[in-house]
Amino acid sequence: MKHFILGLAATLLMTTAQAEPTATGDLGLVIERAKGSVLLVDQSDRAALARIEGLGDLSHASLVYSPDERFAYVFGRDGGLTKVDIVTRQIVNRVVQAGNAIGGAISDDGTLVAVSNYEPGGVRVFGADTLEMIADIPTDSKTIGLVDAPGRRFVFTMWDTGETWIADFAKGDPEITKIPDMGKNPYDALITANGRTYITGLFGEDGLTALDLWSDDPEPIRVLPDYGRGQEEMPVYKMPHLEGWALTGREFVLPAVGHHEVLWIDADTLSETGRTKTHGQPVFAMARPDGRQVWVNFAHPLNDTIQVIDSVSKEIIHEFKPGPAVLHMEFTPRGHEVWISVRDANKVMVYDTHSFEKLREIDADSPSGIFFTARAHRTGL
Amino acid sequence: MAKLGRRDRGIGPTRADRTPGHSGWVARTLLTTAVLAATSAFAADVIDPDTLKRLVHQDCGSCHGLSLKGGLGPDLRSKTLEHYDADVLTNVILDGIPDTAMPPWRPLISEEEAEWIARYLLEQEAQ
Repeated sequence: MKHFILGLAATLLMTTAQAEPTATGDLGLVIERAKGSVLLVDQSDRAALARIEGLGDLSHASLVYSPDERFAYVFGRDGGLTKVDIVTRQIVNRVVQAGNAIGGAISDDGTLVAVSNYEPGGVRVFGADTLEMIADIPTDSKTIGLVDAPGRRFVFTMWDTGETWIADFAKGDPEITKIPDMGKNPYDALITANGRTYITGLFGEDGLTALDLWSDDPEPIRVLPDYGRGQEEMPVYKMPHLEGWALTGREFVLPAVGHHEVLWIDADTLSETGRTKTHGQPVFAMARPDGRQVWVNFAHPLNDTIQVIDSVSKEIIHEFKPGPAVLHMEFTPRGHEVWISVRDANKVMVYDTHSFEKLREIDADSPSGIFFTARAHRTGL
Repeated sequence: MAKLGRRDRGIGPTRADRTPGHSGWVARTLLTTAVLAATSAFAADVIDPDTLKRLVHQDCGSCHGLSLKGGLGPDLRSKTLEHYDADVLTNVILDGIPDTAMPPWRPLISEEEAEWIARYLLEQEAQ
């Protein structure tokens, strides 16, 4: 019956679509992790529009958008790759491409969708139109930190072997460049918005490792190799995320691992410029798009709290508790509002980033990642 | 009271030797444990299965997957774990595995809760 109604709704929508085109520029999708569904939301109306179901295990899911902001490619934990049409609000294609996946990326030209997998470890690349597999790149390792880079390239890193590989699809068949010695147990990575610097965070040792992708022969550059030395190491109950990199003026801000602080790094020299002590183990440290504020959420058991850091003074200027299990934050593209998923409250909460006033609560079933379509136009997102 | 005795044992060199450079942390953890133990001495019989199940799937699930099929951490389904005794699993949960991403949960849960989780993992229905 549900399918019938959804089908009917889709038909009606397609009919009305002819009369009035759907603009997708202020839409977004929220992952509903327990249900295997995504919630289509409207950023301007601060409202949920529709629920699209049948996407499998979305417990650690993420997604990317096609360049026209019409299709979302959703990467599920169970290896599912689902293509969702947010105009007709339907699943248009779905493949289960591996046993256990962790994330994905879309090429700069929008034609290739890549997925990184834990099991079997490696990266698989699909045509964005048909989801037919174009390349299979086994790495013999759990593979993390997959991003797109300019020039039809993907960059990804191996948890077990500490290598980073660059797969260049500019000439069709991928050319692979392997960079060993990135460090012990890299857990995630990011690429800067200009596509130049790739940074991977290390779990097995202190610090991070950067690559200059503008170099013909990128070499690992150690960043803060001894930032935690001599300090007590705290247990890490959830690995931080480096996706949604934060550049504030001339600095990056990144979550530390095993230390309750965020680290400030000069974007040019990759040297430390400061640290800010935080409430707990940071999971996401996200800069508001203008870079003036950094919003931080935390690992279990302190995951009910958000702290806001001023990027000029590097001091915490606001702290509040949206509710139990704050999993993700997404800013509107110009940063005037932030959407926050509060998993155990079954709500997405919308806040004004200037007054910190709560503007709206939207019902969602165990919400996790929030993804606005503006990501379609940003490298690495 | 037996539980509080653990603090005296734990601060000794044996544990600190196992994780060199982490003795400050160990001491702090054990202090926390002592406090928790004191609290859980009263709370020992109030194991809350729903809360613990939620912890297993949502928080252990950060690494092991919501359905425990594995992720950065290994598969925790009963079929995979059946070769382990509940005691071994309980100790891994409480103390973690040094030099891996498995953290000690002793600062957050009681021994009784860890035992409950170990038994729950071993007794899950095959999925």
